[in-house]
Amino acid sequence: MNTLTISDVTLTFGGINALTGVDMRFEPGLISSVIGPNGAGKTSLLNCISGFYHPASGEIHYGDHRLTHSSPHQVSNLGIARAFQNLELFRGMTVLDNLLLARHQKLNYSFLQALIYFGKTSRIEAENRAYVEDVIDFMELEPYRKRMVGSLSYGVQKRVEVARALTLDPDILLLDEPMAGMNIEEKEDMVRFIIDIQKERETTVILVEHDLGVVMDISDNIYVLDFGELIGAGKPAEVAKNKKVIDAYIGEN
Amino acid sequence: MEDKDHLLQYTIPQLLRWRVNTTPQKVALREKEFGHWNPCTWEQYYALVRKTALGLDRIGLQREDKVALIGDNIPELLFVAIGTHALGGVSAGIYQTSLPDEIAEILNYLDVSAVFCNDQEQVDKLVEVRDRIPGVKKVIYEDPRGMRSYRSDPWFMNIKALYALGDTAHREDPDRFEALVDRGKPDDPCHLCLTSGTTGLPKGAMMTHRNYVNMGVQITKVDPLEPTDEYLSFLPFAWIGEQMNSFGVAMATGITINFPESVETAMDDLKEIGPHFMFGAPRIYETIRSRIWLKIDESYWLNKKVYTYFIKVGEAAARYRMTGKSMPLALRIRSWLGTQLMFRPLINQIGLLRLRRAYTGGAALGPELFTFYQAIGVNLKQIYGQTEITGIAYMHRDGDVRPDTVGKPLPGTECRISEEGEILSRSASVTPGYYKLPDKTRELLEGGWLHSGDAGYIDGNGHLVVIDRVSDVMHNRRGDMFSPMFLENRLKFSPFIKEAVIFGDQQDFVAALINIDPIVVGKWARDRGISFSTYMDLSAKPEVAELIAAQVHSINSQAEKDHFRIKRFAILYKLLDTDDGELTKTGKIRRKFVKEKYQNLFEALYDESVVEKTVEALFQYQDGQTAAVTTAIKFYTMEGD
Repeated sequence: MNTLTISDVTLTFGGINALTGVDMRFEPGLISSVIGPNGAGKTSLLNCISGFYHPASGEIHYGDHRLTHSSPHQVSNLGIARAFQNLELFRGMTVLDNLLLARHQKLNYSFLQALIYFGKTSRIEAENRAYVEDVIDFMELEPYRKRMVGSLSYGVQKRVEVARALTLDPDILLLDEPMAGMNIEEKEDMVRFIIDIQKERETTVILVEHDLGVVMDISDNIYVLDFGELIGAGKPAEVAKNKKVIDAYIGEN
Repeated sequence: MEDKDHLLQYTIPQLLRWRVNTTPQKVALREKEFGHWNPCTWEQYYALVRKTALGLDRIGLQREDKVALIGDNIPELLFVAIGTHALGGVSAGIYQTSLPDEIAEILNYLDVSAVFCNDQEQVDKLVEVRDRIPGVKKVIYEDPRGMRSYRSDPWFMNIKALYALGDTAHREDPDRFEALVDRGKPDDPCHLCLTSGTTGLPKGAMMTHRNYVNMGVQITKVDPLEPTDEYLSFLPFAWIGEQMNSFGVAMATGITINFPESVETAMDDLKEIGPHFMFGAPRIYETIRSRIWLKIDESYWLNKKVYTYFIKVGEAAARYRMTGKSMPLALRIRSWLGTQLMFRPLINQIGLLRLRRAYTGGAALGPELFTFYQAIGVNLKQIYGQTEITGIAYMHRDGDVRPDTVGKPLPGTECRISEEGEILSRSASVTPGYYKLPDKTRELLEGGWLHSGDAGYIDGNGHLVVIDRVSDVMHNRRGDMFSPMFLENRLKFSPFIKEAVIFGDQQDFVAALINIDPIVVGKWARDRGISFSTYMDLSAKPEVAELIAAQVHSINSQAEKDHFRIKRFAILYKLLDTDDGELTKTGKIRRKFVKEKYQNLFEALYDESVVEKTVEALFQYQDGQTAAVTTAIKFYTMEGD
């Protein structure tokens, strides 16, 4: 697995710097978290990594690949998947269909083969379903397999969102506030899922999260952003002692 | 019908082998995993039991060693249990909801040497109490998820590793397993079943191979099953009801046991499997009825109209069918129409279309539920029994379903009512006793009869009627026995009565304090233009009293014995509540406390000259403040009953 490196990235929106000279390194196999107050640039950073935004200056590298100007589908083909903060699911489709659809880029049969169906297409579709079922089992979504996404509770929808990112069999999983708006029990479940994703599926996790308790408990590394600048980095214990970080959170100078 | 009595000579593993020799390729088990129903034939079943048994043999399990099973229902639970039986060992089921402390106590009491868990959740409980369970040598788990940090610890073992050990052992000594199976005797204990102790630690009833096999043989003499029948395993395995089916009935009949994907999906899996018989506590049937009502409620108007019409027809027909009487032709035609137009499609939606029989046991089920299920074409019947008699001893026969009884004894079961009114039974399914509790065993099996601890009587049709626990029954001043709970339940079957407390121990007659149901009675009052402000006001209305008196009257008219009649009652001004200490956390009445708290009302109930009494009611608000209200409470005497 490769390391994701962000070097001196600056992102500008019409004269306002969303990110200013940010340097980060995401080591493979670890859970790294990005924290910071509202508007600190956390989601902008994820958008830069996943190719929705392109930085004004600076570089993003994933191993040998330069992601700085890649488009979202190129990034996802490299094995970087993302779960969104505001659910981006097809509400009128079942959980199963949402997950199957997410794997469309892994389906390498042609239109003609699809018309014939038997042979290659049917085999690929079967493998595809088997993979999706594995994810359903992993995320414990069995009771909801055939339910419309729109009819599910918010906590379950969040789980579907993470499951959809997992169906891409990613090396890096970007999670944008997976625990926002959840109750304690749902949070505990989600934490367990994140740790299992890291350990059992050997996936690098980049987590953007507001719940500091969770972040401190499960992260290997933490990066702290404030007004687009990196103000702290390190292990959870180091970050917790960092004066700038404390000030940024308590709101004093 | 084939005679199955010859099966009684086998132990469970021997019976499994007999199945393999008769129908090796038939599907014995099916488990839903990754959205797929994966079949397992009798031959494969036997091979997996062999792997498990020889694996356990390799890790040093001896004859009479105990293996505990904790987890959701999965086929591996059966492999480990029957593998243990093959070795001459004893399996024991522990509820998956048990807390770590409880598990530690049970493991020590039962001298367990190995534990099988289905997943990390259960394994973690054992880790928590590891230093207190020195007897446990091995923890075997099925689902490796989340177990990464335990991998290097030799205390834990994946079931796959156990299978591998078993395979190696089988290659080295191919005759060992068969020799082990041959060694078993049908009267050896094979399973320890925990009985739900209401106080203190549960007792472990020792169950023999013959107990289970006899149950499977006898029950299918009454209600035969075909080998092609399906069963869905969703009851907790630690409960006798599930073992009875998977050890006894399945082995005796060759039906297929299906394991749901997860506990949460059981109801959906029920629909996919369409079982031919099912077994459950009353709660399950209540849940299914609510689902049906919800479906009808969400449906469009025509469906609702058709349903409302045919459910009445169905209930009328059910009353004939339950008692085996022949129906008038017109009703038969309408009932047939209802079945075709409404109820067949309806129960197909729930997955009950193929169901020939459904059994309920463990607690009382409202008579209206029996009628409801019989009306929609589900043959729901009551069973009665204890863990100590392998679950079932009494059962309704088809066409003779009486909601207030528990039916007649199974073939080979003798029934007797003791002098004290206790139900005694005797059959080949009675346990040899409790594990390590000789005193309790003596009490249980005194005089060669199983003492149920329940009071009851045999009615005119030869059906057994269960009244209550012997310890809970009351005797009036003449010494006649009656059950307060039995009468309270009768009252509570009325939709207008929410709660009732029966008095009458060492008194001349039975009296009741009644709580009206605020929602139902409230609606009833509004529909009749009776205005009221609070619950207290509503319960003091004379119209409400008349309504309740009519209910009590109809219950009195059904009373089997004269001394069951409720002579006087009063309607209480407040709902009995857990917060006020009147009910237990599980909603049972704390009789003694209620009697002391309402001592003045109790006295007035038994003073027939009192018609009205002014009482001061204390109320506690949510913030802890109390307020006193003075109210008049009326006492009613049932005349002519």
